[in-house]
Amino acid sequence: MHKDLFLGIIYLLGSLAFIVGLKRLSSPKTARTGNLVAAAGMLLAIIGTIVLHEKDGQPIGNIVFILAAMAVGTGIGWYMAIRVKMTKMPEMVSFFNGMGGACAAVISIVEFNTHPHSETGFLVVVFAGLMIGSVSFSGSLIAYAKLAEKIKDIFVSWLQIMNLFIVAGIIALIVVGVMKPEMLGHSIIWIIFGVSLVYGVLFVLPIGGADMPVVISLLNSFTGVAAALGGFLYGNEVMLTGGILVGSAGTILTVDMCRAMNRPLSNVLIGAFGGGKGGAAQGSDGDQVVKEISITDAAILCRYAQKVSIIPGYGLAVAQAQHVCHEFEKILEEKGVTVNFPIHPVAGRMPGHMNVLLAEADVPYPKLIEMDDANPQMPNTDVVLVLGANDVVNPAAENDPSSPIYGMPIIQAEKAKNVIVIKRSMSKGYAGIQNQLFFRKNTRMLFGDAKDALEKLIAAVKDM
Amino acid sequence: MELFAEFFLENQKFIYVIILSVLLGVEVISNVPAVLHTPLMSGANAIHGVVIIGAIIVMGHAPSDDYLALGLGFVAVVLGTLNVVGGFVVTNRMLEMFKKKDK
Repeated sequence: MHKDLFLGIIYLLGSLAFIVGLKRLSSPKTARTGNLVAAAGMLLAIIGTIVLHEKDGQPIGNIVFILAAMAVGTGIGWYMAIRVKMTKMPEMVSFFNGMGGACAAVISIVEFNTHPHSETGFLVVVFAGLMIGSVSFSGSLIAYAKLAEKIKDIFVSWLQIMNLFIVAGIIALIVVGVMKPEMLGHSIIWIIFGVSLVYGVLFVLPIGGADMPVVISLLNSFTGVAAALGGFLYGNEVMLTGGILVGSAGTILTVDMCRAMNRPLSNVLIGAFGGGKGGAAQGSDGDQVVKEISITDAAILCRYAQKVSIIPGYGLAVAQAQHVCHEFEKILEEKGVTVNFPIHPVAGRMPGHMNVLLAEADVPYPKLIEMDDANPQMPNTDVVLVLGANDVVNPAAENDPSSPIYGMPIIQAEKAKNVIVIKRSMSKGYAGIQNQLFFRKNTRMLFGDAKDALEKLIAAVKDM
Repeated sequence: MELFAEFFLENQKFIYVIILSVLLGVEVISNVPAVLHTPLMSGANAIHGVVIIGAIIVMGHAPSDDYLALGLGFVAVVLGTLNVVGGFVVTNRMLEMFKKKDK
């Protein structure tokens, strides 16, 4: 009796910690403590479960194995999280998300094996948890591999149609498993597991690399739902609240991200980006010429400007150029130039990716400005330095209705007096379309690796 | 209809919890500056690691001669711990960088 009471109170505190933690995570000042509060709540709930949980009067057994498994998980998780580079964070989040999904799936498998002949409600929850957990697991791993550039984008139009059939198939299997359990017997659980894993792979595979943040956020909320289903299974309040909170918050975050790109979620999922549609917008670039600029000219332009805006993109992350970038900003400031960093909401591979990177390099917080504040200032900006960004400054989003990114808000770099684009080659951005900005008469290209180019620029500015 | 009524009455408490949690999740996340999207996603990612509690329950009540349940339970606890520990540590690392520049 007392054990139940204590555990109930602990779960209540745990749930409260999650809510408070999530709330604090949504403001820059309190974010750090928010994370710690949520972690403390988690620790409390875990210890409470091990010590106090009882089922049919039986306390938790196999404690040695549980602690051993937790030690293994902690060791690996901690090591990976400490070692990962800041630029690889999105992949890491995706990976850990997949682990949570797999955990939920395995729980469902064990529960089914232990109680195969249970009532309808129980089976529905078990199968649903299995399906969502497995999809989240294999999908997250594909997203991870895509971001790590281990898998290239694949565009196959029939894949979407096939995916619909697979979803229908999984649901049919669940119905069979619940209504006619004798038909497939015990193996049903493995069949659903297998098909769901395949679906997770095929679901993420055709979605373009640039849309991975949205997918990760979506899979994140899937795992939340899977955890909540587990909570339903055990009548466990803290799993239920934690899971549902993440499920709903994750969904809102996903929708927010889509809104930032001005594309409906369905569009992302069907993978229109980078598909065949891009062709229409590409036709016009054949006879246009880009103008190159030398390091010295670029350095002079920046050095004698009043105001320089540096627009970072994924190229900055790839080149690991955030520290050099800060150095360049400092040296320009020393020479009396005002420098700021307009950040597009979806620059990089995840919202906030650029902010995290630049914060790592100690770029002062007020220097990062949001797109809506940056755009009115553009006509008064002498030089815009586009650093590894592409689609987020593409004017086609504003003036070419045939472009797949038409309607996405952009940073209006073209309105600045001079635009310098640092880029490795003329290759297209992740949307797979040509950037009209590169051909504007106020634009000049500085070909090279972002870090390398910045280092040369710093040296050149120093000499002046 | 009768099935639904039975389900509703039996799980009334949980239905309340679910609906309130959904609204709370929406409320808490609204108006978040873009700067915090990545850490927030990462933090939420760590929180759904709460699924580890299910893994502990599975493992803790597995009969000691059921090697499949024990083995899978062990795997589940490892996976859940990875999610929790990795999630919180990664989030903390991201947020530490925001702290540094206050100096």
